[in-house]
Amino acid sequence: MKEKLLMKGNEVIAEAALRAGCRFYFGYPITPQTEIAHYMAKKMPKMGGTFLQAESEIAAINMVYGAAAAGARVMTSSSSPGISLKQEGISYISCAELPAVVVNIVRCGPGLGGILPAQCDYFQAVKGGGHGDYKMVVLAPSSVQELYELTVEAFNIADKYRIISMIMGDGILGQMMETVEFKEKEDIADVDKSWAVTGTNMERDNNIITSIYINPEVLEKHNQKLQKKYGEISKKEARVEIFNCEGADIIVSAFGTVARIVKNVIKMAEKEGIKVGLIRPVTLWPFPNKAFEKYAYVPKAFLTVELNAGQMLEDVRLALNGKNKAYFYGRMGGMLPAQQEILDKIKEILKSGGDTHEDCF
Amino acid sequence: MKTVFRRPSALKDISMHYCPGCTHGIIHRLVAEVIDELGIVGKTIGVASVGCSYNNYEYFNLDMVQAAHGRAPAVATGIKRVNPDNVVFTYQGDGDLAAIGTAEILHAAARGEKITTIFVNNAIYGMTSGQMAPTTLLDQITTTTPYGRKAELHGFPIKICELLATTDGAVYVERVSTHDIKNILNAKKAIKKAFQIQLSNKGFSIVEVLSSCPTNWGMNPAEALLWIKENMLPVYTLGNYKGKDLEV
Repeated sequence: MKEKLLMKGNEVIAEAALRAGCRFYFGYPITPQTEIAHYMAKKMPKMGGTFLQAESEIAAINMVYGAAAAGARVMTSSSSPGISLKQEGISYISCAELPAVVVNIVRCGPGLGGILPAQCDYFQAVKGGGHGDYKMVVLAPSSVQELYELTVEAFNIADKYRIISMIMGDGILGQMMETVEFKEKEDIADVDKSWAVTGTNMERDNNIITSIYINPEVLEKHNQKLQKKYGEISKKEARVEIFNCEGADIIVSAFGTVARIVKNVIKMAEKEGIKVGLIRPVTLWPFPNKAFEKYAYVPKAFLTVELNAGQMLEDVRLALNGKNKAYFYGRMGGMLPAQQEILDKIKEILKSGGDTHEDCF
Repeated sequence: MKTVFRRPSALKDISMHYCPGCTHGIIHRLVAEVIDELGIVGKTIGVASVGCSYNNYEYFNLDMVQAAHGRAPAVATGIKRVNPDNVVFTYQGDGDLAAIGTAEILHAAARGEKITTIFVNNAIYGMTSGQMAPTTLLDQITTTTPYGRKAELHGFPIKICELLATTDGAVYVERVSTHDIKNILNAKKAIKKAFQIQLSNKGFSIVEVLSSCPTNWGMNPAEALLWIKENMLPVYTLGNYKGKDLEV
């Protein structure tokens, strides 16, 4: 029988990482994700792994760089301000093509902001928070069960493409307890890591892990190689949940916990005779453009709901490419939209259209 | 025929890019000779930093990782924790280690990470063309202290060996110099001991090596070596700060 447990989201991330074979965790305390570190601190030594509380977020991500260079499955986790500090290392790891998993349990910003849930790090995650042309695979779970599944998946994707996988959740998901059903055994892809630094053992040429290419021709080629890889990932790894979209009057796009609120709105709207569809990007990068292309002409309009000032909205508009109107409704600062607020917005759009630009409060 | 001199196998047969009279090349060679003599070429991993020695991964015939500015001790920590049987060293300059990377070196030392740091102190930023370093001497002229480093404006030189020796995790701390043959031989002894400390799993070891920068000091190589002796030695006292009598 499969094991079914009631667990907190943050702890599930840690448990999933351990089940995925992660034996190295480097982190620094920050709310609302610290339970990941607590769980790792407790379990890691018993599994022969290393939990290390670093002196800073910067040190933690650079320890990840070192451990990944040495060929380990490795993870760090943090929350928004801490993720900002990690951006230097994220850029280096991306350029050096090392596999790693970074978890961002997003809190509200900017600045020190607050500790309540938000989705305001979308741009930072998918458009490149650090310097240079690089991408991370960004996974946005919307339930504790999905946190488990996507965390395991994050390690496999990271190893397969030698890329950073980021799990992006929010304080609701991290702090919430839900049932989770673990598999008896994870499907862990066995990948070649002959590029890792382990000592030559006098049996091979020396391996070099670097992110500096002073020769511009060489650096351009390296960038082209990275872009080719990102192109392949775009084709193969986009994930999306499409719900109730056939013949919908309006299609709402939302990710993470907001998508759950929207699912309740769909039920409320149904009672009033309005058919609301949902496109929930599960990967924020690569963005599931095809889902939007497929349903572009179906509804009267699209509405994006986010816990920010309209960030994924830009990708929705790019995906729609002018084929339909894209409205926005957002809350910020740790505030959440009530179901009724979203339903009212839907009705307003269907009735009069409204302004597509200033719907954020 | 007896071979009396050869390139250490830990160094590649490649021209280094360092300026004439710079002692980086000597220090690279000392590190490589020690790695050869200890028979650890196959198990040693080096971590390059940011500064003039940023690309020494092209010179050492070892598995190498290039780290972000100041972060080499954190990167080395990650490597060593994954593969404790490897010998891991960082090679860092004074801008990298004593300014932007102060937190990383201090905490790696305090944790007693079983790594070795070769800290090259030439009292200036070399690669970016001669700016003030944390180790720049009082009254020393640099491109960002054109009227000399003044204590009331720029503070005082940081003495890394004295600082790190206060941490319980650092078990071997020594400052050496490269300004003459005798001191170069002493430097090699200290570097060897630092690696032996790591091999015996005792804790963190660091060797600070006083080094010349003729280009940015505006001197010829001979003058630069003399400048180390006359100006750096009075501030950066040579000798062992910790772990002299440790058995290895």
